[in-house]
Amino acid sequence: MVSYRTPLSRARGLGAAKHGVGHWIGERVSAVALVPLTLWLVWAVVRLSRGDYDFAVEWISQPLNATLMVLLVVVSFSHMCAGLRVIVEDYIHVALNKAALLILNLFVCGLAGALAVFSILKVAFGGGA
Amino acid sequence: MSDAAKAPRERPMSPHLQVWRWHITMATSIAHRATGVALYVGALILAGWAVALASGREAYAGYQALLGTPLGLLVMFGLTVSFFYHLANGIRHLVWDAGHGLDIKSANASAAFVFGFTAVASIVAWAAYFVLGGA
Repeated sequence: MVSYRTPLSRARGLGAAKHGVGHWIGERVSAVALVPLTLWLVWAVVRLSRGDYDFAVEWISQPLNATLMVLLVVVSFSHMCAGLRVIVEDYIHVALNKAALLILNLFVCGLAGALAVFSILKVAFGGGA
Repeated sequence: MSDAAKAPRERPMSPHLQVWRWHITMATSIAHRATGVALYVGALILAGWAVALASGREAYAGYQALLGTPLGLLVMFGLTVSFFYHLANGIRHLVWDAGHGLDIKSANASAAFVFGFTAVASIVAWAAYFVLGGA
């Protein structure tokens, strides 16, 4: 097969759009980070489900819990944003619908993630109401 | 390139789902996406939990009660299964990305392992939930 790519382009290995590799690697690095974070979350959810409001406030006020929770939210929301983006790109072929869904995906992840991080920090710093 | 100059003709279509013999590796691939979307919703539920916690005692109690309804527990169970599946199959994908286990025999075996792990891990997680509830 004849390749029309220049040797330099092939050596850089970034493809035509120049950023696909970054997306691909980012999805995998976040996946690796999420393995311990989400396993920790399962344990946390089991404990929190058996506790009341005061328990939850006390729990999230501990530096380690608050930090891991914020990290979990940031990494998981970026991972799921990247994942749903690929699904939209694969299955939606009407240009305007695709653009709208990609933007919606980004905004939902951004808004929900920001709300979650702010809420965790508010309780962690300020204690319960 | 002489074909391109002629009038457009029927071009071969990529085979669709219904012409494939159903296979376990196919199921794992589809389930990975489906569980990913389910976990997307789960992450939004987690964000809702954080907002409820920051909104005060009543909001948090209401949110907990909502998750404690039969429908809420069903959703949580579905998320548990989705999580352990996506976790195990995600690791399977990472192993593939590292260049291992790509032959058919290994792929079939790891697919079966992923489904088995999902069932066992989900049961263990819910057993922990009920054991702690009784304590």
